[in-house]
Amino acid sequence: MLAKRIIPCLDVKDGRTVKGVNFVGLTDAGDPVALAARYSEEGADELLFLDITASHEKRKTLTALVDKVAKAVNIPFTVGGGVSTVDDAYALLQSGADKISLNSAAVRTPSLIEEIALRFGSQCVVLAIDARMDENERWEVFVNGGRTPTGRDLFAWAREGQERGAGEILFTSMNHDGTRNGFANSALAQLSKTLTIPLIASGGAGSMRHFADAFIKGMADAALAASVFHFGVIKIPELKEYLLKCSISIR
Amino acid sequence: MMVAVIDYGAGNLTSLKYALERCGVVNLNITSDPDVILNADRVIFPGVGHAAFAMQKLKQKSLDILIPTLKQPVLGICLGMQLMCAYSEEGEVHGLGIFEAKVRRFGSGLKVPHMGWNTVKSSTELGLDNYFYFVHSYYVESCPQTLAVCHYGTTFSAVLRHDNFTGCQFHPEKSGEAGEQFLKQFLL
Repeated sequence: MLAKRIIPCLDVKDGRTVKGVNFVGLTDAGDPVALAARYSEEGADELLFLDITASHEKRKTLTALVDKVAKAVNIPFTVGGGVSTVDDAYALLQSGADKISLNSAAVRTPSLIEEIALRFGSQCVVLAIDARMDENERWEVFVNGGRTPTGRDLFAWAREGQERGAGEILFTSMNHDGTRNGFANSALAQLSKTLTIPLIASGGAGSMRHFADAFIKGMADAALAASVFHFGVIKIPELKEYLLKCSISIR
Repeated sequence: MMVAVIDYGAGNLTSLKYALERCGVVNLNITSDPDVILNADRVIFPGVGHAAFAMQKLKQKSLDILIPTLKQPVLGICLGMQLMCAYSEEGEVHGLGIFEAKVRRFGSGLKVPHMGWNTVKSSTELGLDNYFYFVHSYYVESCPQTLAVCHYGTTFSAVLRHDNFTGCQFHPEKSGEAGEQFLKQFLL
């Protein structure tokens, strides 16, 4: 049976992992390669590297990092953050990334999804969407790291992304992100029902139960989290054991 | 041992190159040169993308004629394996015909691509019973040359074998330990 995927997200700045990661036994938790290898050993199914480097001059640092990760890690990984042209995507894929994720640039220039999907295949295009639910329960898409509202509806944008050739949707609920109160399960379920491509849940993981809920109630195909893994709140081997007990298909 | 990875412009070969290096391959040629391919001890035929487009690329380099004549062990990965089959619904194109099977699109009601880790089952090769990483929208139906199967909406070929030709639908270069074992087995 196809397994639900667990995806740790690593924030990278200037070629180093940020957000105080405290892994026992890792001498340098800022080394993305060592961290990636560690997560892979622990049973992570995929990895996401999110580049938060502000300046464009630092892009070369990122491709060099991707190359190092690709040499060391034998599970799939996605690279995102600031991908805004076909050339950006090409550089990352050529360095060994399996997928690239698009966010703000796709909202600005939706045809970018088609261009990258046509050139490299839908399987390597993840459309990342940050959205916030307002008091009228309407989900609005935000860009620029959640700072800029776009007026776009989450569900319409996800469907458009799929039609334009995205291979997966990564949905982060800004209402849930950082709360550790669980994923946005009803929005996830609604998305999952309308999409015919895989859906990755993001934002709100705080306990092992939350992952089970994202898969069962949210009908997500994969779940992504950062801090709960980095700070050791949840350990991947224990999480997988727990999900198996919940009768969820897990590798 | 010299390993040739056939480069015909269908997909990114960086991951595969690094995976082979992790398996200890030192003499690696990523090439479309028929002489290099003919003289390799092992040939890997990868591929990601559209079947009809990829067949056209193969024909441009006459690799469609060369590949079926190879005598050394050949491993087709993902689209490579699908192109080794008789026919693909993707672009309605005839393949190399090494395997008798047809390549079909996953039915409606399923999320496509079939993406992620899925279980492989084999009645003959125990090492194959494991999780492997798949990414594909078309599948190879079961046929007499099927060595291992996988299930996603339907039961399909995960590994095919005919004489010196093997094909795998999953990506061994991205399938963790199980994938590395599979590659090492092929390189033995």
